[in-house]
Amino acid sequence: MEFEPKPVREMKKVKYDEVRIYTDEELNNYTEEELKSFKIKHDIPMCEELEKGPWPSFVADAKRLALHRRKLADDRMMIDRDVVEDLLGQLELSFKDGETHWKHGGIVGVFGYGGGVIGRYSDLPDKFPSIAQFHTLRVNQPASKFYKTDYLRAICDMWNYRGSGMMNMHGSTGDIIFLGTFTEQLEPVFFELTHVLDQDLGGSGSNLRTPSCCIGKARCEWSCYDTQEMCYELTNYYQDELHRPQFPYKFKFKFDGCPNCCVASIARADLSFIGTWRDEIRIDQEAVKAYIAGEIKPNGGAHAGRDWGKFDIQKEVIDLCPTKCMRMEDGKLLINNEECIRCMHCINVMPQALRPGKDTGVSILIGAKAPILEGAQLSLMLIPFMKAEPPYDNIKERVIDPIWEWWMEEGKNRERVGELIQRQGVQKLLEVLNIPPMPQMVKEPRCNPYIFFKEEEVPGGFKRDIKDFRKRHAR
Amino acid sequence: MAEKLSTERLGRYNPEKPMENRITDLGPRHYWEFFPPIIKKNYGKWKYHEIVEPGILVHVSETGDKVYTVRAGGCRFMTVEHVREICDIADKYCDGYVRFTTRNNIEFTVDSLEKAEAVKKDLLSRRHVSGSYKFPIGGTGAGLTNIVHTQGYLHCHTPATDASSMVKAIMDELFENFGSMTLPAQVRISMACCLNMCGAVHCSDIALLGYHRKPPMIDHEVMEAVCEIPLVIAACPTGAISPAKTPDGKKTVKIKEERCMFCGNCYTMCMAVPLADKEGDCVTIMAGGKVSNRISPPKFSKVVAVGLPNNFPRYPEVVETVKKILNAYAKDARKYERLGDWAERIGWERFFEKCDLPFTEHLIDDYRLAYDTYRTSTHFKYTEAAWSVSKAVGGI
Repeated sequence: MEFEPKPVREMKKVKYDEVRIYTDEELNNYTEEELKSFKIKHDIPMCEELEKGPWPSFVADAKRLALHRRKLADDRMMIDRDVVEDLLGQLELSFKDGETHWKHGGIVGVFGYGGGVIGRYSDLPDKFPSIAQFHTLRVNQPASKFYKTDYLRAICDMWNYRGSGMMNMHGSTGDIIFLGTFTEQLEPVFFELTHVLDQDLGGSGSNLRTPSCCIGKARCEWSCYDTQEMCYELTNYYQDELHRPQFPYKFKFKFDGCPNCCVASIARADLSFIGTWRDEIRIDQEAVKAYIAGEIKPNGGAHAGRDWGKFDIQKEVIDLCPTKCMRMEDGKLLINNEECIRCMHCINVMPQALRPGKDTGVSILIGAKAPILEGAQLSLMLIPFMKAEPPYDNIKERVIDPIWEWWMEEGKNRERVGELIQRQGVQKLLEVLNIPPMPQMVKEPRCNPYIFFKEEEVPGGFKRDIKDFRKRHAR
Repeated sequence: MAEKLSTERLGRYNPEKPMENRITDLGPRHYWEFFPPIIKKNYGKWKYHEIVEPGILVHVSETGDKVYTVRAGGCRFMTVEHVREICDIADKYCDGYVRFTTRNNIEFTVDSLEKAEAVKKDLLSRRHVSGSYKFPIGGTGAGLTNIVHTQGYLHCHTPATDASSMVKAIMDELFENFGSMTLPAQVRISMACCLNMCGAVHCSDIALLGYHRKPPMIDHEVMEAVCEIPLVIAACPTGAISPAKTPDGKKTVKIKEERCMFCGNCYTMCMAVPLADKEGDCVTIMAGGKVSNRISPPKFSKVVAVGLPNNFPRYPEVVETVKKILNAYAKDARKYERLGDWAERIGWERFFEKCDLPFTEHLIDDYRLAYDTYRTSTHFKYTEAAWSVSKAVGGI
């Protein structure tokens, strides 16, 4: 193999048969017939309503875990076997009451880390004792979420043994989420993760949150930089920031390989790294002809379910181009690349004919967040183009580090960097990064003329003598 | 030989010496070890892709290799039983490799169409005992993608509704759209059970949002003991919270109720100001957002329906509203047009008419920068809503 990225350190191999806890008999300890007649210990009519219908039922899934745990021997689980049944029981009661039954907060964690564990307690511990404590662990997922079953089976054994056996694949930010265990098992879970599975926790609280990336070069023809490599490298480089809270609030990196933004970096990351190119869209004119002739399905076949009529390159590509920088001439598709804003539409429609250019890098945008507190924000264009090659020193040293230094110095408690920009202005950010302003940072120039000129910008400065003024102008 | 997973009660952890043998700052597993050989071989060499049929993709490499991917919908909430079943399938067909997507789908990759069809057949044959599919196939192209969502009543302390159940109710009703590609463009629905939006749903074609509607109650008894009062006061974006004292002299806060917009930020800071309420909590629907830069820039979703009831466990009013929006869009939008682009082209007044949704005063912004959303032109279309204003003022 000509290309092989290396991990930052030698990693332990995980072979399920070497590390496993449960036997095959234990893993297959109930029959379909038993599952059909299985009733959990609580009456849950509303939950059971959610077993109907074609979409995968999380209740049906939960019930089979409940049965599996019921049939395991007492000493084969470190927390109560009824944890799934009590969770469904509490969910049913929450439907009935129209209110959650989880208590507020609870500070738990593993030694030395300020994140990765979310404390959770039931407010009805007598009624649902096995979920009296129901803490979550965030486990840092591998970049773009490919797995070997050896690894997945190993975490399943460990988590059913030391926790509830319930998970999220995956949480919103990208981590594997282990849902529900008692405080006693938090350190043991962490030790098994680090010692056997060679695997760390993810971020929570006022930390760098677990970075995530799109599928990138692994299986996409449009990725303009190596999203996995960059996600992996930055996650490792900033381990301290990820585990130990030192920021005013959360901070997220997301890595999208192209402007299609499959991991929504532009809406969800404080720093959005979006792949782009600065040369010309590559064109295969023969393939363009094949699209026009109807020999290739447009848009990769994405619209095949409905009869939209014959493909019309004028209507579907050229007229929809946001900058109208394309035209047909003598049977050839011509693109005025200088006017192109790389929106990806033409490339999406004709992937066999058009490809991103070869001189690629990232655009860096800053400041996206959900509505709490100052309202939702999308990231704003900060750096139009930057080469993104391992070990990304240019990006770490010239972009990330100075932004963090500024934000840690000036940011108020629970103020996201996008809100700090709103409060102090993009001008401050230019100063922090030592970059000039560019019209690409704005949709349009300001329409109010309220300009904060600095003293050094104005000839003669701000110091003036009122007496001198009065010599010319009587009171 | 690797060390086995421990079965000791506390495993490798010694509470007497908590720092002994502690390993930290390992980071994630390296991605490369989890790539199937064909992915490694063609890394960065992909030439183009095609959707063979809903839920099945083929990626073609410059080397001539082809990789087929079968995409199955999954629930974010997943037990070890389900993950083990995924592993069984991956071991049987995919040499033990499997991938999850950012939208809770599961992807099985193979090197031929025949194998992909075999995976498909196997996946569709697997049903829960109650009848629902374990692995429905779809989520590609101009169809409905899987819904990303938050924790809801399963794990969260601030939700205004539940998440997993609402997603199940909607995906059951829109099941056909997940497994087909008959819409004008992809439609992404996202769900967050409170304004904190752990799911950051604010740029989705359709966003479902749990919303509180009653100001916090104040637990005066414990306020002083459990909360940092200045932080609670500072947490309020509208300045509705101020210091107060109880009759017996305890420090607490008071809330100007008419200023509360129920964001719950105070509750995030302090457990003594709970908001949740069976009658108050409701669902808001937002529409027309997107994150892709394709044709038009990324944009926020806009609030189009508020105060829908939390009618557990199937939320018929929410489902009905989503269907109205989706059906009107499917019928009326042009090829490639995302929901928000369609609404902008026809005008939001026409959007409400075509979706048969009432336009209420709550849909007009009255928070910061609201003026930016007001229409300051004579460009509008006549709809019933416009005639109602003309009539109300005696103009016609």
